[in-house]
Amino acid sequence: MSTADMTTSVISSDRPRFELHPDDRAAIEHDITHYADSRAASIDALKVVQKRHGWVPDGAIYAIGEVLKIPASDVEGVATFYNLIFRQPVGRHVITICDSIGCFLTGYEETLAAIKQRLGIELGETTPDNRFTLLPICCLGACDKGPVLMIDDDTHGNVGIADVDKLLEQYA
Amino acid sequence: MSATNSSAAPLSAETHPLTYRLGTEPLLDIKAYEALDGYAAVRKALKEMAPADVTQLVKDSNLRGRGGAGFPAGVKWSLVPMGPDAPKEKYLVCNADEMEPGTFKDRLLMEQLPHQLIEAMIVVGYALQASHGYIFLRGEYVVAYKRLNDALAQARTAGYLGDNILGTGWNYDVNVHSGAGRYICGEETALINSLEGRRANPRAKPPFPQIAGLWGKPTVVNNVETLSNIPHIILRGADWFKGLSQGKSPDSGTKLYGISGCAKRTGVWELPIGTTGRELLYEYGGGMADGYELKCWLPGGASTDFLLPEHLDLAMDYDTIMKNGSRMGTGLITVIDDKQNIISVVRNLEQFFARESCGWCTPCRDGLPWTVKLLQAIERGEGAEGDIEILEQLTRQLGPGKTFCAHAPGAMEPLQSALKFFRGEFERGIAKELATQTVTG
Repeated sequence: MSTADMTTSVISSDRPRFELHPDDRAAIEHDITHYADSRAASIDALKVVQKRHGWVPDGAIYAIGEVLKIPASDVEGVATFYNLIFRQPVGRHVITICDSIGCFLTGYEETLAAIKQRLGIELGETTPDNRFTLLPICCLGACDKGPVLMIDDDTHGNVGIADVDKLLEQYA
Repeated sequence: MSATNSSAAPLSAETHPLTYRLGTEPLLDIKAYEALDGYAAVRKALKEMAPADVTQLVKDSNLRGRGGAGFPAGVKWSLVPMGPDAPKEKYLVCNADEMEPGTFKDRLLMEQLPHQLIEAMIVVGYALQASHGYIFLRGEYVVAYKRLNDALAQARTAGYLGDNILGTGWNYDVNVHSGAGRYICGEETALINSLEGRRANPRAKPPFPQIAGLWGKPTVVNNVETLSNIPHIILRGADWFKGLSQGKSPDSGTKLYGISGCAKRTGVWELPIGTTGRELLYEYGGGMADGYELKCWLPGGASTDFLLPEHLDLAMDYDTIMKNGSRMGTGLITVIDDKQNIISVVRNLEQFFARESCGWCTPCRDGLPWTVKLLQAIERGEGAEGDIEILEQLTRQLGPGKTFCAHAPGAMEPLQSALKFFRGEFERGIAKELATQTVTG
């Protein structure tokens, strides 16, 4: 479990340089209008930054705190709680493979072993060419099509060993 | 990936209100939806009914919460303060954080029929005189996110959302909040914390969210399927809704039942509530996959007690399944075959719960990883004497009333039932020769 944890971070005492992209700042400020309190946009804000950078760098934690008018430590508390927010760099494509009961019964372990072998990485790791990060995820709500995994925003069902190579080839 | 109702026959609004509009393509256009009675319930409720009438009608229908707990929806709403002295801000939140392992029904409703949910959120918002609605959607449902947002934009243009809706003087809008993972967000009060932009730790109850929920204001949290029933109850009435169970159950309505695991056919079907597990598995699922026998089944998700083949003839409704030692939960069954080692199955379930514990209270944070460790040892045949007894103690120490929320008690349900039904498999995992040795952690 700990090997697959991409949310852990250590904030350094010196504030790292980070400039929030103007479009991202505007997107976050728009998200704030959906709520009675700006704090509520913290997850939206982290996602906005992650969409641009692939992950959430340390400096962004402070920048988001300023936009939302909440302490950076609160932003970090949220960023490290949620598994879809990455506080470490990830590869160009993130594979999340369901390891819950529906996919357990349909053989996700074999599919996962094939992916690990093909990429030469374990859960929680990124390939040396920075192409893929491999993470476990809980039930993806498509249990009738197990084993199920997502690559970035795409959900793929019935992924058996034989499908792995062809599937990975689609993501350069 | 597309998901459709797995039934082949054409369905009618009278018998399959939730899914009759489903075709081979998702129904995304508001005009097409309106042509199939879409938003008729909004017009009827807002023009012909007082807010209290809507709540009373849903109370009369005995619609029970489809997220798994089965709490009557109308009763939940009736705890919200109404009238001139009620807070101006009140919220309706749709729990669309579908993450219970084995459950895949709300995805279908949102991806295929987003307008049905939005229509429901308008009607219920009106009943509560809510100021704003949120759909708390799990982050992985990216297709539903896009389709719900597109549908919301259409509904705004059509005047079903915004200021002075249909001339009533009532202002209301709905936003989709996309989450960032963590099963615990499906817990009502943890969901509210998450929606406020905090870590998803549960809150103490009371106060209940209906009194003090989102930003301290009265808040109702309802599941996607629960809400999706509402427009049909408005249009056809409480008696019709009660009749949908066709005498199979004292509960009302249809239910989205489903099958995953080792059946010939897996999928989701809308059936009268109270349909038996046998009918579901054999008539709709085509029975077990060739060469496999049924060992046991989870009636409605990872947090429900196992049932045996002998329980297949029970009506799948809240009270019947409860009386027989489990819970209907989400009503999507997980079929476990005779080739499975129950220890491995339970270990997988408990690993899920251990990872997804929010860590807020000790029994859950520490007890679940301990449970996993014991199960892993037993799975390897390296269990120590006394491990089974420790697991039994854990089912009590992590049980109802010992923790802040239902996460750990839910985790204990499959474990306690596995210990009850398959104790021999646990005993075979205890290594006698290790019992006298020093076992290091």
